[in-house]
Amino acid sequence: MPENHASDIRIGVFICHCGSNIAGYLDMEALADFAETRPHVVFVQRNLYTCSESGINEIKKGIQEQDLNRVVVASCTPRTHEPLFRSSCAEAGLNPYLFEMVNIRDQCSWVHMQEKTDATEKARELIGMGIAKAALLQPQEIILSEVQTRALVIGGGIAGLTASLSLARRGYEVVVVEKDQALGGMLNHLYKLGPQMQAAKELAAETVQKVNAHPKITVFTRAHVTQVKGFIGKFEVTVETQSGAKKIDIGIIIVATGAQPLVPEGLYGYDGKRTVTQFQLETMLAKGLDAAVRHVVMIQCVGSRNDERPFCAKICCQTAVKNAILIRRQYPETKVSILYRDMQMYGVENEAMFRDSKAAGVRYINYDPADPPQVKADKVGVYHPLLGRKMELAADLVVLSTPLLAREDAHETSQLLRVPVNENGFFLEGHVKLKPLDFATDGIFLCGSARFPANIREAVAQGLGAAARASIPLSKGSVEVEPIISVLADEDACRGCGLCVALCPYGALEVRQTEKGRKVHVINVACKGCGICAATCYQHALSINSFTDRQIEAQIDAFLTVHP
Amino acid sequence: MSKEVLVIGGGIAGMQASLDLADMGIRVHLVEKLPSIGGKMAQLDKTFPTNDCAI
Repeated sequence: MPENHASDIRIGVFICHCGSNIAGYLDMEALADFAETRPHVVFVQRNLYTCSESGINEIKKGIQEQDLNRVVVASCTPRTHEPLFRSSCAEAGLNPYLFEMVNIRDQCSWVHMQEKTDATEKARELIGMGIAKAALLQPQEIILSEVQTRALVIGGGIAGLTASLSLARRGYEVVVVEKDQALGGMLNHLYKLGPQMQAAKELAAETVQKVNAHPKITVFTRAHVTQVKGFIGKFEVTVETQSGAKKIDIGIIIVATGAQPLVPEGLYGYDGKRTVTQFQLETMLAKGLDAAVRHVVMIQCVGSRNDERPFCAKICCQTAVKNAILIRRQYPETKVSILYRDMQMYGVENEAMFRDSKAAGVRYINYDPADPPQVKADKVGVYHPLLGRKMELAADLVVLSTPLLAREDAHETSQLLRVPVNENGFFLEGHVKLKPLDFATDGIFLCGSARFPANIREAVAQGLGAAARASIPLSKGSVEVEPIISVLADEDACRGCGLCVALCPYGALEVRQTEKGRKVHVINVACKGCGICAATCYQHALSINSFTDRQIEAQIDAFLTVHP
Repeated sequence: MSKEVLVIGGGIAGMQASLDLADMGIRVHLVEKLPSIGGKMAQLDKTFPTNDCAI
C-alpha cells in the first residue's frame, strides 16, 4: 500500500439485517465472523436496520470510538442509501468517499431466497471484495463549479418563449435563438386554439410583445447555434446571427426547437388544394372557407400509427375535432365527417369538445386501417362498420390529420449539444417519469414539441417546468459535482491520441497541448465517472478515481482468497 | 415577502415540487394528511414504461 501504511487502515464493517429482508435468508453470524477475519477490519457490527437512526448513530460512534478510517456497509443497493451512509460518515468527520457499500440484499437474500448456504457464500464473497476495495479507497472532495446566470433558449415558439419569460422574470438573462424571421413558431400558422377557441395570433402577439419588451431577454432571429462547448454553468456558445457570429457565455440551455407537420405526399390524393392537411386548413379557416365547400371529410391517423411511424402524435384528434366545430359554427350549411381509427380525446376539456362536436352535428365513422377510406374525385368511399356496408360521402374538401414529426435538423442539434434523440427523432429526456424536462446531461433542458407533439397548454406547462428546473442551478450560483470521476493517473503514458475524447458521451475530455506534448485533459465538472475512457485507454493512462485498476484487482484477489 | 412555501399534498407531484423548491434554497413546508408521504405512487408496484419500482 504505497498511499497508506497498512497498519493505519482501520475498517469498520456494518452488516444490516434489513429486518428479515436479509437476516431471514442469510447466516448473519457467519458473515460477521468472516468479516472479522479480513485484513484491516477492526470492528464488525450487525444492525437490525443500518439505515435507521440508531444504525446511523452506530456508524458515527464506530468512527469516533474505534477510530475507523474506512466504513463498509453490507445492506441494500447504493441507489437507495449510499448518499445517507456517506453523509453519516461525513458527519462523524470521515471523508464520505472512504465509504464502500456492498449489496447483500438485492444480490443475495432476494434473488437466492431458497438457497441459504449458497446465498451466504455469495454474501461472504461480496463482503470480502468490498473490504478489499475499502482498504484502497482515497478521500475525494466534492467539486464546486460556478454557474453563469445567463440562459440560452433554442427556439422561439410558445414553449421557448414561455420558458424565456419565466426565467427573465426571476431575474436571469436570457438569450433566445430563433431560426425564422419571426418569433411565435407554430402559433403563427394556426387559426383558433381549442378548447376556448382563442385566436392563435393574439396569443402569439401578446407573448412576443412581452418577450421583446423584457429588458433581460435578448432575441436573435434568423439565427442558429453553431457551436456549444463546455458544461453546466460554463457553456461557451457560438450563435450565427444576422450581424455575424457571436460568442456567448451561458449557464444553462433549454431546447425548445419544436416539430414539423408531416406533408402527406402520395397519401389519399394529397394535392394541397382539395385534399389538404389540418395544418393547411388552419390557414384556410383564417382566410375564410370557399362558399362552395359544403361537404368536408377529415381522415385521422394519416401517416402515423403505421410501420414507418408507429407512434400516435396525440394532438391530431383534438385538432380535427376543434376544426370540425369551427366549420360547423361558421358554416352551418357545411357537413363535416371525421373518419377515425380511435379517438384520442384525453382530459376533461378534450372530452367536452368531443361531445360538443357531436351536438354540433359532426359525423364520426370508424375505419379499419386494413380497409382505409378511398378519396375519389368528389367523394370519399369508406366501409361503415355499423351499417355493415360501403358508403360514399360527398367531399368538396378532404382534410388529412397528419402527425407532427421531429424536425429534420433535430439530429444536428442533438450532435451539437451531445444529447440523444429517440427512434422517432424526438429529443429524449433524462428519465421518462422522474426527469421529463431534463436531459441526462446536466444543465440542458427540453420542452414543447421537440420532445413529442404537444398542444399549446402542454407546451406552455413544459416551458414553465423547464424554466423552473433550470432555475435550480441558476439560483444556487454553483453546482456540486460528484468527485468519482476520471483522472489522468499516468500523464506520461498518455499519447494524446484522442480515442477517449471521441467516445466520451458527456464532452468531458479534450486533448490539450502541454509542455509534455499532447495530453488528454479531464473537465472534472462535466465527467460522470462512467468509465468508458478508462476502459478504452490502451495506455492505461486514464482511471476512475474510486474504481482504479488496483482497487478492482484487489477485489478479484479477495474473491479468489475467499475460496482457498 | 417571506421566502417560505407551503406545499399541500405529499404525493409525487407535491414531493417533486418541494424538492425542486428546496434545491433552489427555499424553505418548504410539506403538509400531508396521511401518516406518510408518497401518495398513490408509493402504493404502486412498478410503473410504466420503465417498470422500475414505484417506491
